[in-house]
Amino acid sequence: MAIMTIRDAILQTLHAEMERDPNIMLLGEDVVGGNGTAGGPEAIGGIWGTSGGLYAKFGPDRVIDTPISESAIVGAAAGAALAGKRPVAELMFADFVGVSLDQIWNQIAKFRYMFGGKTKCPAVIRLIYGAGMNTAAQHSQSVYAMLTAMPGLKVVLPATPADAKGLLTEALRGDDPVMFFEHKAMYGVKGEVPEGDYRQRFGEARMVREGGDVTIVACGRMVNFSEKAADKLAADGIGCDLIDLRTTSPLDEEAILDSVEATGRLVVVDESPPRCSLAADICALVATKGFTSLKAPPELVTGPHSPIPFARELERAWVPSPQKIEAAVRRVLAR
Amino acid sequence: MQLSRDELLGAYRRMATIRQFEERLHDEIKTGEIAGFTHLYAGQEAVAVGVCDHLTVEDMIVSTHRGHGHCIAKGCDVPGMMQEIFGKAGGLCKGRGGSMHIADLSVGMLGANGIVGGGAPQAVGAALAAKLDGKGRVAIAFSGDGACNQGTTFEAMNMAVVTKAPAIFVFENNHYSEHTGDAYAVGTSKDIASRAEAFGMRAWRANGCDYFDTYETMRELLDYVRAGNGPAAIELDTERFYGHFEGDPQRYRGKGEVDRLRDERDCLKAFRARVGAAKLLDAAELDAIDAEVAALIDASVTEARAAPAPDPATVAEDVYVDYY
Repeated sequence: MAIMTIRDAILQTLHAEMERDPNIMLLGEDVVGGNGTAGGPEAIGGIWGTSGGLYAKFGPDRVIDTPISESAIVGAAAGAALAGKRPVAELMFADFVGVSLDQIWNQIAKFRYMFGGKTKCPAVIRLIYGAGMNTAAQHSQSVYAMLTAMPGLKVVLPATPADAKGLLTEALRGDDPVMFFEHKAMYGVKGEVPEGDYRQRFGEARMVREGGDVTIVACGRMVNFSEKAADKLAADGIGCDLIDLRTTSPLDEEAILDSVEATGRLVVVDESPPRCSLAADICALVATKGFTSLKAPPELVTGPHSPIPFARELERAWVPSPQKIEAAVRRVLAR
Repeated sequence: MQLSRDELLGAYRRMATIRQFEERLHDEIKTGEIAGFTHLYAGQEAVAVGVCDHLTVEDMIVSTHRGHGHCIAKGCDVPGMMQEIFGKAGGLCKGRGGSMHIADLSVGMLGANGIVGGGAPQAVGAALAAKLDGKGRVAIAFSGDGACNQGTTFEAMNMAVVTKAPAIFVFENNHYSEHTGDAYAVGTSKDIASRAEAFGMRAWRANGCDYFDTYETMRELLDYVRAGNGPAAIELDTERFYGHFEGDPQRYRGKGEVDRLRDERDCLKAFRARVGAAKLLDAAELDAIDAEVAALIDASVTEARAAPAPDPATVAEDVYVDYY
């Protein structure tokens, strides 16, 4: 297995899949990066470095620099998907979902249902999300809970380079619309990535570790933070089951309920504000389907009910941290 | 006129089908058997048919919430549409979509749309797909004078120009966006085509109550787009004979306005007058088509009324292709 970053796993997967399937087309702001400027096409190769070299290889009909027009980008992906292609649209910041929301939730998410199951819309929307880089309230949000709430969408959050490859491959070969969340602070995370054809099914959580004392459920960057917390707790003899959801829609309910049945204690870590969040949703799941397993009330580790601030000190206070996760585990065990 | 007798008869049949479909729905809705919102297209038939008569099933259209005419003109199954509007299991969309969301991708009809302005970006995406295929297909966005004020439409026009997508923006100006007149709501002095020109594309203008003017102008426009010149637009001046939705009392209309429009700007009457004066078709032939269409619509309603309702147990089916 090769060691690579999440960034390289995504770029290499896009490259391999575009080579395999001529119907895959990529569009977004600066995905080429330089069109119409003195530096020329591919001067940037995508601001996140996840599309560099694709334009040179696949040309302007498959790698399309768009104006700053998020509704048109996502809408064009919708139309291209209905026309038989497999578009990948990049939203440079997931926060811009707000600009394009109609095309996501009224259009892409509903086509198949509204049209009586007689069509499919295999569009992949890549959303770069998350706090931790002082990008403040309009460039830091984790809007996966909001999109998880929309029937018709699949919502995917890789936490490792291997999952970045496996889940993106699955997204590009599946026939449903996928919201593919990439954490902006995780592109440099390194790990082993299986060679060749590698797909990771949706709806299959990853048991990151088994400890038996408490269940931690997390996704995206919160998986990495939870691992750090679990390491500290392990030194004190506290064993954590750590579940990386990988996808929040579909949701691997069984993995969560089985683990909580064994541990009796639940901590959910979610990089969102608390109200109507993923954490609240998982807590409701366990309350309704696993209540008798619980030995203590669950702990939810989320940001406060506020926008995400700019200043380092404030942002650190906002984002769930390994320390907060560790404290939550100790609280749930003390009850 | 370059149209053959068969082409003329076909055009009339399609326009008459739309008209009778709509007139019949107007009556049926009063019975209370049809639920929800229905937005009728009657009066605008020359646009849908004049545009779509140039297209094959490989070409694609996205429609509006006033979409019945576009569906019929593009070749959607009429009894299937009627069942859909009656909310029946055998409807074109299995009763999931209703009047505002009829689609049939097998004939290149990518969907009516309940969101005003929702379709134009999708037409650009379909056009980009067509461009990638390189087979000369085009994608058409039907937009009304209401949708022309949505930002999505502006974004779509700019992106189509930038990417040289074979997208065609058909602006169907029936002079009312919901209940508000274009004289008020369209800032460019009632002119929509000049907006398209401002985005850097060629735009045409035609009389949307005249099948022949629409058809001939579209021929020129399509030759231009299929030759690889990128997107284009056309504004069609047309009329809506009914309200925004069925049940709309239309208090915003001038006194006698609809009667006058039906006298002076009825595209079916104009078609009959034109082919009669040119001695291309005689009235009896057209009457025969009207009778055939009446039988089709009647049978469609009878069938839709008797058709089974969807099974409530299927309410959550068809959300995903697969979900596990």
